[in-house]
Amino acid sequence: MKPFAYANPKTIEEAVKLLGDAWGKTEVLAGGTDLVTSLKQNLTSPDKVVSLKDVEGLSGIVAADGSLKIGATTKLKDLIANAEVKKNFPCLVTAAESIGSPQIINVGTVGGDLLQRPRCWFFRQGYGLFGTYEGAALVPDGDNRYHAIFDNKGPAQFVNPSSLAPGLIALGATVRVHGPSGTRDLPVAELFATPKADTDREYTLKPNEILTYVSIPMKGLKNATYEIRQRIGLDWPMVTASVAYEDSGGKAANAKVVLGHVAPTPWVSDKAAAALNGQAVGEDSAMKAGAAAAEGATPLSMNGYKVHQVKVVVKRAVMASMA
Amino acid sequence: MAKTAWPAPDRRKLIGSYTSRLDGPQKATGAAKYAFDINRPDMLYAKILQCPHGNCKVLEVDTKEAEAMKGVAAVLVEKDARSGALPEITFAGDTVATVAAVTEEIAYEALAKIKVKYEVKPPLMDDRNPANVSGRESKTATGDAVAGFAAADTTIEGYYGLACVTHCCLEAHGQVCEWRDGDLYVWPSTQNVSGYAGGVKDTAALPLEKIHVDCQYMGGGFGSKFAADAWGNIGVTLSKMTGKPVKLMLDRDQELKIAGNRPSSYAKVKVGVKKDGTITAWDSNCWGSGGQQRFSLRTLPYVFTGIPNQNTLANGVITNRGAQRAWRAPNHPQGCLITMAALEDAAAAIGMDSLEFFKKNLSLTDKADIYAEQLDIAAEMIGYKQKAHLRGDKTPGPIKKGIGMSMHTWGGKGHPSQCSVTINPDGSVVAQLGSQDLGTGTRTAITMVVAETLGIPMDKVRTELGKNSYPASGASGGSTTIGGVSASSRDASTKALNVLLDKVAASLGVPKDNLEAWDGKIQEVGNPAKSVAWEKACSMMGMMPITQQGSNPPGDLTELTTDGVGGVQMAEVSVDIETGVVRMENYAVVQDVGLIIDMKTAESQLFGAMVMGVTYALYEEAIYDNKTGAMLNSDMEFYRLAGLGDIGNFKVHFMTDEKYQSRGVIGLGEPPVISPGAAISNAVANAIGVRVSELPLTPDRVLAALNQGGVA
Ligand SMILES: Cc1cc2nc3c(=O)[nH]c(=O)nc-3n(C[C@H](O)[C@H](O)[C@H](O)COP(=O)(O)OP(=O)(O)OC[C@H]3O[C@@H](n4cnc5c(N)ncnc54)[C@H](O)[C@@H]3O)c2cc1C
Repeated sequence: MKPFAYANPKTIEEAVKLLGDAWGKTEVLAGGTDLVTSLKQNLTSPDKVVSLKDVEGLSGIVAADGSLKIGATTKLKDLIANAEVKKNFPCLVTAAESIGSPQIINVGTVGGDLLQRPRCWFFRQGYGLFGTYEGAALVPDGDNRYHAIFDNKGPAQFVNPSSLAPGLIALGATVRVHGPSGTRDLPVAELFATPKADTDREYTLKPNEILTYVSIPMKGLKNATYEIRQRIGLDWPMVTASVAYEDSGGKAANAKVVLGHVAPTPWVSDKAAAALNGQAVGEDSAMKAGAAAAEGATPLSMNGYKVHQVKVVVKRAVMASMA
Repeated sequence: MAKTAWPAPDRRKLIGSYTSRLDGPQKATGAAKYAFDINRPDMLYAKILQCPHGNCKVLEVDTKEAEAMKGVAAVLVEKDARSGALPEITFAGDTVATVAAVTEEIAYEALAKIKVKYEVKPPLMDDRNPANVSGRESKTATGDAVAGFAAADTTIEGYYGLACVTHCCLEAHGQVCEWRDGDLYVWPSTQNVSGYAGGVKDTAALPLEKIHVDCQYMGGGFGSKFAADAWGNIGVTLSKMTGKPVKLMLDRDQELKIAGNRPSSYAKVKVGVKKDGTITAWDSNCWGSGGQQRFSLRTLPYVFTGIPNQNTLANGVITNRGAQRAWRAPNHPQGCLITMAALEDAAAAIGMDSLEFFKKNLSLTDKADIYAEQLDIAAEMIGYKQKAHLRGDKTPGPIKKGIGMSMHTWGGKGHPSQCSVTINPDGSVVAQLGSQDLGTGTRTAITMVVAETLGIPMDKVRTELGKNSYPASGASGGSTTIGGVSASSRDASTKALNVLLDKVAASLGVPKDNLEAWDGKIQEVGNPAKSVAWEKACSMMGMMPITQQGSNPPGDLTELTTDGVGGVQMAEVSVDIETGVVRMENYAVVQDVGLIIDMKTAESQLFGAMVMGVTYALYEEAIYDNKTGAMLNSDMEFYRLAGLGDIGNFKVHFMTDEKYQSRGVIGLGEPPVISPGAAISNAVANAIGVRVSELPLTPDRVLAALNQGGVA
């Protein structure tokens, strides 16, 4: 780890001013469960780290104007424990609880979960965001069992790791972002983008912007998440799906189906949504949605099993949403 | 006169009891100091620059910038031991240079400033391809395989394999070294206290008597910590160069990459069977890789060694990963999986119940009676009668359950060991030996043996181990420790007691041959009325303590430890055939192990082995990149180990009948870890109706197997 300056601002304006306009020069620190590892492994070597710990107004959950606003530094444990979240957004509770490690849930934040860097082992072993060695891409012929099956023509073939993002996108949530020239709001889906250069990041946030809160409309959507996890304890899911839809007399309307761990971004499946819309929600439509979600997948040499798992997670998420 | 032989069952108070580890509180509170915890005045921290390439030549190492850094005390560049030139490197993670600095942070920063030029060559990583063999071929043939297969009603052909796994010790490898007044002091994490110094003596250029080794507590070794290793020698050199103590402990990432691994093994197997379950022939072609070390698996067929008409061929692939090291029961888990899976496939092919099939063929093993008894006990424990079904759970729904079983064998006779026991005039007792407690409870077991022998409570006995100044005792490998140290400490304490009895005999008016130590007294055999309290007896020795040396084998050649145990394990799993995820339900462990000293730590060995077994059966795999040779999952995130939620319910049973116990003490470290891979693989096959060829049984492999058939 390279020595760095540490800033502990009190206001969001102050915090934003401390940030530089190029990635890697400065980094934002929330719970630190991801950033500190990245610092130690020299995946990033900033000159300055800006902590959000003491920034006022970034933490907490409030209901206002028909939305639930969740501050960026709200701990995952507080998200799980919140009564409104429990009642309205089971898809988020399942996702956050399944992270499985009390240590991470107690320290990790909602903003940090959304903006954590990919877990791709080539990236984490120091071969860069796209995993290259002596100019050649390592993922296509290497061990790509956990890599993308959609949007994976390269150079990005990692998967987005956030467990909360698919649920938030399915619920139609937006984020507020604070930059040097004020604030902007954008749908969570638009927070993520597949990078084209390995100096890019996997999100559309700018280097000098801070995510301040997530806003979820409380529209009474039915929703659920299903994840395939190998172990019970701390682990990464293999594939996940979050679904949300309006329940119009037992039929789904305005459905959204979002997959996790299948693409460099959370993966919105319009085909799966179309298979649900207007249909009676049940085993039959759940299976059809699952099959539709898997359409168009382009698995790599070792991750064909994920295509099958996509069908299963979507089916099971739909079934869980009926509970 | 006290006899060296183990006491009769009715004369055992401590031996066989549930006794908690004596050092449990120290470990729980942090008072126990591991190598990692040793801090010396003015100590430097050493960190290793690892080579990122699996196969290369180091052309140039520029350390100028690193050396110029404030706080850097020394930079040591790795050289070829023979030529003195910059080295050829044959596995990723190997050492290029080492920095010693006043803080860990400075040491890491300095590493980043070392500039290295490599000539990179492609590494060979693919050990699954039998075309890559270049190791040492081993071939056996017994009987007439052609005739054996001709006599079969059915011949199954299967492919089975186990990935390379590492030791992943809770405490990483490493040591602290310090030179003081011309002597070298080392605090290593080692399985080999008495032998450790030999591994650094050339580097230190010191006679062995000037090298002082101290390892009081250890966080596991599993066969990977016998030697001082490259990092031991680097530590000694850096400490000599700088004149300061140097701490060099591997990081988790290095621990996984370079501190040892278990060879992978893959095999194509043919088994001939008759309709009635008689096995007529075996043919196996096995290959695998011990990394940079030559390797061929010679444990096939396993346990059922008496199968008539066998052909076996085994060979190895030399790959660009670190050299294998002994891994808890070397070569047995591999032999066991390949054999038990192939035999279970044979049973399934003729539609025979697995338990019946294994029982029918027990005459092909060398412990037929033991296994027969154990199979019945295990079946009872797991509820086999109620739950068993032929291959493929027909229950509707995605969750399928199954039971699988396996058998194993091990030696476990005690290693050479010496112990000295001192009885002080105030009745306190000290036992000393150059052994080590890997976390298994060795210290506790020795204390129990000495206290039992002297008829006194354990808190009167202090056991001192972990230093090479104590009487030499063997390295802890191959389940040889408990037999060795319990025999030598029994021998030493018996001898010391006999000297005491000699001194007490006259005052009690009982011939010494008719005295015994029992219940805190020296008494006439069986007669507490004629006795003297332990302290009083000890006071009769005057000012001079009694010190006696004992050994294994004991001086009078009494056999206190023997060889050869059998075990049976049964696993019950559930498999989600849609997701491919396997979960442990129940697990029954039946183990024969001779005389048990501490029932509690013996059970702990079984539990520990089960967790390790579930881990390599379901999760654990060292994954290497084929282009760079680098290990990709050198962390605790993707190098998965089972957690509490993953292990299911364990039940354990020891064979404690006198016919087993009367054989003396036999080691238990290895045997219980042999069967889990096979038992769990068989359980999964029983559940889903098709074999998953390779361990670990990950969801992708389960789904791939289901694509070939089975219940899905
Ligand atoms: C073994 C393991 C298993 C895990 N399993 C899961 C899992 O199953 N699902 C899952 O979702 N996560 C999982 N996690 C990851 C964990 O949830 C994240 O590390 C955590 O949520 C990150 O939150 P943090 O507050 O600690 O983020 P930090 O480490 O502080 O930050 C993470 C990143 O986000 C940036 N950042 C944080 N907050 C802001 C903000 N408000 N504005 C701008 N940038 C910001 C930081 O600069 C940094 O780049 C796992 C982690 C580990 C180690």
